[in-house]
This record gives sequence, structure tokens and C-alpha cells, in this order.
Amino acid sequence: MSDIASRVKAIIVDKLGVDENEVVTEASFTNDLGADSLDTVELIMEFEKEFDIQIPDDQAENISTVGQAISYIEEAKK
Amino acid sequence: MKLRRVVVTGLGALTPIGNNVEEYWNNLVNGVSGAAPITYFDTTNFKTKFACEVKNFNVEDFIDRKEARKMDRYAQYAMVATEEAVKDANFDFEKLDKDRVGVIWGSGIGGLETFQEEVINWAKGPGIPKFNPFFIPKMIADIAGGHISIKYGFRGPNFTTVSACASSTNALIDAFNYIRLGHADAMVTGGSEAAVTIAGMGGFNAMHALSTRNDDPKTASRPMDKDREGFVLGEGAGTLILEEYEHAIARGAKIYCEIGGGGMSADAHHITAPHPEGLGARNVMNNCLRDAGLLPTDVDGVNMHGTSTPLGDIAESKAIIEVFGEHAYTLNLNSTKSMTGHLLGAAGAIETISSILSIKHGIVPPTINHFTDDENIDPKLNFTFNKAQKRDMKVVMSNTFGFGGHNACVLVKKLEL
Repeated sequence: MSDIASRVKAIIVDKLGVDENEVVTEASFTNDLGADSLDTVELIMEFEKEFDIQIPDDQAENISTVGQAISYIEEAKK
Repeated sequence: MKLRRVVVTGLGALTPIGNNVEEYWNNLVNGVSGAAPITYFDTTNFKTKFACEVKNFNVEDFIDRKEARKMDRYAQYAMVATEEAVKDANFDFEKLDKDRVGVIWGSGIGGLETFQEEVINWAKGPGIPKFNPFFIPKMIADIAGGHISIKYGFRGPNFTTVSACASSTNALIDAFNYIRLGHADAMVTGGSEAAVTIAGMGGFNAMHALSTRNDDPKTASRPMDKDREGFVLGEGAGTLILEEYEHAIARGAKIYCEIGGGGMSADAHHITAPHPEGLGARNVMNNCLRDAGLLPTDVDGVNMHGTSTPLGDIAESKAIIEVFGEHAYTLNLNSTKSMTGHLLGAAGAIETISSILSIKHGIVPPTINHFTDDENIDPKLNFTFNKAQKRDMKVVMSNTFGFGGHNACVLVKKLEL
């Protein structure tokens, strides 16, 4: 697992209070990990802080799974 | 329209001198002070370096970490005290009509620490408004009542009262009236506060409202004592389950007492100073007695607002003599704030709980830390100084007065009456 992937997963485990092995690539924040709309906004903010990036709202809307978050951040950090 | 009778069937408390009702009551009777140096933040630069904090409290013993993180301490305290009270009421949740159970909560300030932390974070940043999405729903003063309804599925009337230090008495009176008028069969009511924070201590210090007796915190809250010099900030929560009398009887509930009446008034005098003659305090006690249909001579005790401020204690003592006349000298008066400190919006709840338990146990908790009489306070009044007194209590009134000049008083009585 890449460094980015493990950091993303750690944030999700912490903020959503879920078990680490539930945080799989295809898991949806809302459908699989119990997040509501506020949790999702908080996750995006945590990713921005952790990786020192800005995620515009229109792009944040497309980040709804663990895998999408990891790919977006990997792309942004290239 | 015939008003319905309302009884108390459950109690819960999380206080600076006990994290449940039993521990709270035992320490009240034994005259234990909850004051100690502040542990939450560095007080080096603060005029007052002590408070009555809740002790030995780990929120995760009560609330799942993920949920707790989304609540300010004031809401966490509400959930913990309410869990105890709901258990105590012993509802059969299968049979309970949850559309007929509501929540009226009280908080003077709400999530002060959350507000403080978010604004500090903002001020440290580059000016881009990145606030946590939970900032507002953690901070707002009504959210504790919302959390309670969500946890238990209580879908009846739900709101929060804000009247500073009278908040939870106002909540209690509203809950009482909603049941009396038939809008609900049971209500969760009470209040919570968590203002022992940098902003809370700094703000109250700026008003010269707090005691600065840093060399001896445990004797700092000394209501009616000549050398009192301000209140001691406390925190915590108290919950009462109110229930329509027939509803409680039908399910065989344990009944602590009956709510006899509630009074409300305003000083209409000054934003923070009490009326010097205690006009609002006098009116609120008279309003309460009238609502309860009782005479001053029916009352055995008054749990005073008694904050240990120079002006407030004098005004309240004068008001008690005005309302009760000669009977005032036969009353047992007491101030639980001498032990718990001032829980602001939660004060009315925990003090009504103390009043109810004094009826149940036939004991009046003391007003501790009395050393010297104040020549401005009538020495013939019995303030239950320093040691608890045994007495068969049938009718007790509990006073609370808030900044803004809000006054609220509730009367509790033995069920037989």
C-alpha cells in the first residue's frame, strides 16, 4: 500500500470510527462506512490538511469512495 | 380545563461532587466542596485559577467515540445525566408512546469550548473560512435536546430554553406545563453547561463575577458569609423525568414527588446586577406559590440561588423575608452552590434534584463555608450553615436568577399532599 493510501485510510478510520479492514478501495463513505453529509465534508477537509492540497467543492462531490480519494490525492501530489 | 398532575419518576446527575445521583447526594449531605485548581488549561495568566470541574469522567465510558467527537462537552454531559435518569424511570420502551414523550432542555451558553476552538483555529489561519462542518451543530445551545430525542426516539415537543442561570428551571417549568396542558405524557428535562474554558473563565473574570480566592478554592464559594467575593464556576448536568400522574401510576413507576408549580418573572432593572431590594426574586416566589395554590406557611425550605456574590445573596435574603414574613425564620434555607459551584444553565436542574432528595430523605444539605455573619443578612434566618439538618420536608422551592434579570422558581412537594 502506498504511503498516501495508508494515510488516507488512517484518517477514515479515525473520523468515521470504523474498523481498518472495512476501509477497502471500493468502500463508499456513505453507503458502506456510515458517513453522513457532514462527515463527508469533514473527511475532505482532513485530506486537504494532511496533504496540504485544496480540493474544490465541484471536485469534492466526485470523491465518494476510498479509492477515489486515494487516486485524487495521488494525482494532486504528482 | 382541568390541569393534569405531574410527578417526577427519574433523576440523573453529573456534577463536580458526584458523577451520578447517589454520589452527588452523599457528598451534598456530607458538605463536600467540588472546587479545585483548573485542569483543563494553563491558568497562569488568569485571575481565577480554580473551578468546580466534573472529575474522573471519561466520555467514552458512556458514548461511542465517533458520536462523542461530534458533541461539545455540554452535550456529552446532557447525554450522560439523561442516560441515568431514563434508566431510573424504568420505561417499558415497547409500550411507551414515544410521540407523547418530549425533551425540553436548558443551557445558558451551549458549546462555548467548541466556539472558542473553532475561532482560534480560524484566527491562526490565512483568512480562508475553512470551518469544521460540525462546528455549528456542536456549538448551538439547542443541540443537546436534539441528541437526546435521537438517541431514545422521543418525538414529542422538543426545544431548549436560554435564560442564563435560570435556564434549566425554565426548561423544567415548561416541561411541567406541557404535561399539565396535555401536550405530552412524559418529558425529559434539565440542563447542562460546560463553561470552564478559557473564554468562560476570562469572560466571567472580566465582569468581576468570580471568586479569586486562589489560595483556598474549597472555601471560595461561601454564600451568605461576610467575606464572600464572587461565585465559583461549575459544570455538569442534571436530568429529571417528568410524567403525568395517571401515566406513572398505570405503569407502576417509582414516584419521587409531585411538581407543585412554577413561577417566572423579570427584574427589568439591569443586565447583570440583581434588583437591590430583590423585587424580581420576590415576585417569582409569589408567582410560584400562586401557581401551586399554596400559602407561604405551607413551605418547609427554599433551595436558594445563593451564588456567593456580595449583592445577590443580600437581595435574595430580603426577598425571602418579604414573601414569607415571620414564617421565613422557620424555613430551612440552603445553597448547594457552596459545594457544587455555579453550574449556570444546569444549576436549576441539579438544585431541584437536591430539593427532591431532601424530601425523599428528610435531610437538608448544608450551606458550607460559613465563617462570619454578614450584618446585611438577617441572622435569624436558618441557612443550614455548615452541617446538614434532619427535617421532614414536604414542600420545597428552588430559586434561580439569571443575567438579563430572568427569574424562575419551581416548587416540589411530597406526593401525599
